[in-house]
Amino acid sequence: MKMKATTRASFDRHLQDLQDDLLVLAKLVETAISRSLQALKDRDLEASSQVVKDDDVIDKMRFELEDRCIELIATQQPLAGDLRIVITVLHIAVELERIGDYAEGIGKISLMMGDQPPLKPLIDIPRMADKATVMLSDSLDALVKRDSDMALRVIGADDEVDALYDQVYRELLLMMIQDPKAIERATYLLWTAHDIERMADRATNIAERVIYLVTGKMAEYKSSNY
Amino acid sequence: MADQNVVLSAKDMEVWYGAFRAIKDVNLQIKPNQITALIGPSGSGKSTLLRSFNRMNDLIPGARVTGELLFHGQDLYQSAMDPTEIRSRIGMVFQKPNPFPKSIFDNVAFGLRVNGYKGDMNEAVEQSLRQAALWDEVKDRLNKSGLALSGGQQQRLCIARALAVEPEVILMDEPASALDPIATLAIEELMRDLSTRYTIVVVTHNMQQAARVSDETVFLTMDDDRAGHVVEVGATHDIFTNPKNERTEAYITGRFG
Repeated sequence: MKMKATTRASFDRHLQDLQDDLLVLAKLVETAISRSLQALKDRDLEASSQVVKDDDVIDKMRFELEDRCIELIATQQPLAGDLRIVITVLHIAVELERIGDYAEGIGKISLMMGDQPPLKPLIDIPRMADKATVMLSDSLDALVKRDSDMALRVIGADDEVDALYDQVYRELLLMMIQDPKAIERATYLLWTAHDIERMADRATNIAERVIYLVTGKMAEYKSSNY
Repeated sequence: MADQNVVLSAKDMEVWYGAFRAIKDVNLQIKPNQITALIGPSGSGKSTLLRSFNRMNDLIPGARVTGELLFHGQDLYQSAMDPTEIRSRIGMVFQKPNPFPKSIFDNVAFGLRVNGYKGDMNEAVEQSLRQAALWDEVKDRLNKSGLALSGGQQQRLCIARALAVEPEVILMDEPASALDPIATLAIEELMRDLSTRYTIVVVTHNMQQAARVSDETVFLTMDDDRAGHVVEVGATHDIFTNPKNERTEAYITGRFG
């Protein structure tokens, strides 16, 4: 019995392209995260509005990936490992696009802040963003390496982001209690922190999908506290 | 005591055609009131295995079976077993519809007459045709030849003919491979309906059909000795989304076989 070398070659190529392009989308999303934070810190409104504009590219690419998955399902009727790849790409593309929306959200918050300086120096929020970004890139590494243990570690890292979020929340709450005039500016930072917290949750979802791809098991390994 | 949850049970079963071993090491249990699909590449022994379930292989010169094949705990290959009696309890539907060159009515009544059926023949024929989802299409022309029906209708007539003698198990060998997609769907729906009352074992080359219609899937393949054997048995959902064996994965994703 010989493995067929040619009959599924074009299908295999489509599956590989799909995964490669998913990583391109992930790169765009990672860039959007770092730019949105940098622009917020620098109070660079032009850069913030560019982040908002660039989200259209991410949205478009997500729909395009979805379309290709649907076409492969319709024309190739993928099964077993192939089916799990297509379903995983479909799901992760949606998660990435949502993460892009959070970056866009941070861009919009920055625009709303206008010429007001941040209520307090941005220290914990960029740390949250760094951790969320590492979670995202590790979840995609786990995808490429088909490494479910690595995916599990990504899920574990979400607790650190949650802990930072708690800290930011308490701090901002205290500032609002002490000075009601600070409420508006505190709310901007709270929204930002919340957007980043959600990014980390989405990275967790991606890691869960990687575990599904590798093991065939679908499960929620950690539910968000927020 | 035979296990109530097992209809057919093969133990270390082999089927030989003369000096050629067609299948080997088959250990398999067929559960009641569900559809079991046998899939695998050509030459993996699916049809041989199916035919051994009602001793249809007896008709092939030189065929013999070793090991055990139990039907409710009784060895089907014991010399005391009557193959005709076995085939009335374990019916078969073939790849190509093969109605007799007789009227629709006589096709269905045939097995009943052979068995000396004493009940109401009209009622029995109607009931079988209804079960085969054919009654409404043929009730006004029961005296027309079965050969005048379309391919899909002929196959349902053959199913009605198999059902008339009230079997417990229906074996189907590629029952829809000669039919168009619409007639195929009609047969698949009929199989789902029938599975509430009958135990069905189906051989199919159509992976999507096995995925759509069956509850349990058996994957067979063959090694260099060309003897077919069972590689993996599992819930159809598991086999088609997350098979345990690499050879199953390679086959159902179209990468070998």
